[in-house]
Amino acid sequence: MLRIDRATYDAIVAHARRDHPDEACGVVAGPAGSDRAERFVPMQNAARSPTFYEFDSADLLALYRDMDDRDEEPVVVYHSHTATEAYPSRTDISYAGEPGAHYVLVSTRHQDEVEFRSYRIVDGTVSEEAVTVVPST
Amino acid sequence: MAIEVRIPTILRSHTGGAKTVEGSGDTLGALIDDLDGQYGGLKGRLVTDEGALHRFVNVYVNDEDVRFTGALDTALEDGDSVTVLPAVAGG
Repeated sequence: MLRIDRATYDAIVAHARRDHPDEACGVVAGPAGSDRAERFVPMQNAARSPTFYEFDSADLLALYRDMDDRDEEPVVVYHSHTATEAYPSRTDISYAGEPGAHYVLVSTRHQDEVEFRSYRIVDGTVSEEAVTVVPST
Repeated sequence: MAIEVRIPTILRSHTGGAKTVEGSGDTLGALIDDLDGQYGGLKGRLVTDEGALHRFVNVYVNDEDVRFTGALDTALEDGDSVTVLPAVAGG
């Protein structure tokens, strides 16, 4: 199960809406081993595409250095789908390289309806999990 | 020649859980061969059957993405540090 606070949930959805019709992406970092999604880090989609996203390679290195310095890991890796459901695509599955992360998918295909779902992706196997939104502290 | 290599979580099953390992080689390709001798299976996670770097990983020598410095032919010197990260991408 993914537990996420309201402010972070809202920030992910807002980022996805803002970058629509391109895909938006980012992480929520947290203390290593804690499974606590605490620090919202929106990233630029270097592909600037409605059907693909990628972290720029220099940004990726800077992000991981920063997390290392803070003894953090990516607890959530999120991105949006802009025309399809919030379910990992075949490409998402092939790239999924953080077996400990919650992969959050947001679909912006409907303007007035939020689709926010979370998955584990381990060795090519996708399992959906419940999302619990807790009040922000 | 000792080169420090940072291993991402997803590949630590090959290094007995180690986050940092050491290897040697005067190019990135040679280093990966050396590491594969120490940590079997690592090469297959980094290099395709055709002999190119997998697109699922990013490899940096010091702070430079090796895609811009000659990929597996990138020259290494004693004291360089190599960082391997999972590419974060999808569709």
